Amino acid sequence: MSRRDNQLRQAFWKMTAIRRFEERVHLENEKGSIPGFIHLYAGQEACAVGVCMELGERDYIASTHRGHGHAIAKGCDITAMMHELHAKQGGICAGKAGSMHMADLTVGMMGANGIVGAGNPLVCGAALTAKTRKTGGVAVSFMGDGASNQAATLESFNLAVVWKLPVIFVVEDNGYAEATPSSWSIGGGDLIKRAEGFGMPGFSADGFDYFAVNEAAGKAVARARNGDGPSLLYLTCTRYYGHFEGDAATYRARGEVEELMEKRDCLSAFKSRVLAGGMMSADELAGIEAEVADLIDTSVRSAVADVEPDVSRLTTDVYATY
Amino acid sequence: MARKTYREAINQALDQEMARDDRVILIGEDIAGGTGASGAQDAWGGVMGVTKGLIGKYGPERVLDTPISELALVGAGAGAAATGLRPVVELMFNDFLGVCLDQLMNQAAKFRYMFGGRVRAPLVVRTQYGAGLRAAAQHSQTLYSIFAHIPGLKVAVPSNPYDAKGLLMSAIRDDDPVIFMEHKAMYDDIGEVPDEAYTVPFGEGRVLQEGKDVTVIAIGRMLQTAEKAIQAARADGIRCSLVDPRTISPLDEGLILEMAAETGRVVIVDEANPRCGVAADIASLICEQAFGDLQAPVVKVTAPHTPVPFAPVLEDAYLPSAERIAAAIKQVRAY
Repeated sequence: MSRRDNQLRQAFWKMTAIRRFEERVHLENEKGSIPGFIHLYAGQEACAVGVCMELGERDYIASTHRGHGHAIAKGCDITAMMHELHAKQGGICAGKAGSMHMADLTVGMMGANGIVGAGNPLVCGAALTAKTRKTGGVAVSFMGDGASNQAATLESFNLAVVWKLPVIFVVEDNGYAEATPSSWSIGGGDLIKRAEGFGMPGFSADGFDYFAVNEAAGKAVARARNGDGPSLLYLTCTRYYGHFEGDAATYRARGEVEELMEKRDCLSAFKSRVLAGGMMSADELAGIEAEVADLIDTSVRSAVADVEPDVSRLTTDVYATY
Repeated sequence: MARKTYREAINQALDQEMARDDRVILIGEDIAGGTGASGAQDAWGGVMGVTKGLIGKYGPERVLDTPISELALVGAGAGAAATGLRPVVELMFNDFLGVCLDQLMNQAAKFRYMFGGRVRAPLVVRTQYGAGLRAAAQHSQTLYSIFAHIPGLKVAVPSNPYDAKGLLMSAIRDDDPVIFMEHKAMYDDIGEVPDEAYTVPFGEGRVLQEGKDVTVIAIGRMLQTAEKAIQAARADGIRCSLVDPRTISPLDEGLILEMAAETGRVVIVDEANPRCGVAADIASLICEQAFGDLQAPVVKVTAPHTPVPFAPVLEDAYLPSAERIAAAIKQVRAY
């Protein structure tokens, strides 16, 4: 199998895994087996995967409150993530993180984040480590359109340019910061111009199109790896669920989501494209879908069977040394 | 043994740790001073001259000037710490905490716990605190209690040049985020500081003097004021012990309880505002765990619950004075 074919297989596997993971989390949360605050990523898969397919082990990402997709795209263990959401001892963070704070730095995932925009300074630090230690790594911050107006974001844009850091700022504009449309909340309305105002290039791409995202991400990552500094990647997309699980999303027009699901589904678009181009066969795609479905089923069974964290763990891990 | 200023002691700790471990880097506003300007590249060495000379030794890759951007620079320190560096960030004044608290409170402090004990964040934030330089409300506060309230942060408050060097070396070698509090009126204080590297451990207070009548516990620069008060009380025949916790998180509870029990009469001196502060915390510790040993109610001597004023006459009244501390000593002795 050629490298490109392998990349496509991986990309489809990850996008499918994110979609099925989120659909299942939605169901399990409705059943009451997943406690806490959940924000689902379904619909935006091409963004996380399109970017992360350009990254390797030495690269870091920071994510958002809507972080499951980024975690899967960066290579976090799906079963351990499912355990974490079920608040179990075998979770990726031993049941201390939950949805909004899960991380695995051993695969370069610096954490989902409950604070909007907070990942941006953190990736500046990860990029500084890469630059200082000459690892050749880059650091990517995923954020939503809402984060584009946070001080943390704007300060990080400037610092990354001044220090010429290997950072890629990825704005996934899914149309709404919670319930507020991005068309209303972003002053000036144009984040590419905003990036250029800070002295870095902005690349935009259709976030429903894996190939477009991946191509644009490739340019931004290459720039960073070559030592040419940061850039911004602006992706338009949508989320299929509410801001949080339980959000009736009454701010969206009747039928808006259904229409987008039908006409703008990154998975359907991917399949049509690879089938039409003869890049993957229907059997291959179906095989991946079956494999992923099995993995998600197994992960839920495993999570349900796992034990809750021992109460003695309440006071451990506050410090590395006491 | 050489005599050095508090400033020189801190500079030497940074220098020796940077020489020992190339993962140690410095980040801050004007910590070199002049980066990108046409004049000197080490124009300031920090606003108080603490980092002077280090860019010349270690270069701009390890001594990084920043834009005035505390949120981003503290957060970059946190991110760098989680990914393999050991950054020492200078937050020029602790009063600037307001614009960067999230990166300390919600990010660096919580990484280890949130991520199930699988991450280390060896970040040091050096910051100056304290009144006395007529710098008024936004450049004179004493905010270490806010840091100590947050699980995951450690807080060191060196009261003299020897501890400043030893505690900072411990802070840099520590695998947790440490807030290192430097009193801005102490940079020119002189004391004995060995040239060789040494550490002062966290969570181990020090007894500066022992006396049978009253136990005085003081924080940071207040040790000096308390010493004057203890001297004055001696004229009245009152003998005091003096305790310096040195770090307030972790806090040497064992030593505090032991020294409180020895006299049963305790005065706590803290330059910070009184509500929910470290003095109140220590008082509560003693009341909860050494109540049976107490001969008198614990007395706190702190600043009033006001911002720091500008006018010298007001600022002098704001700071705990030797007279107020001496009066408190007499009060608990006479109870």
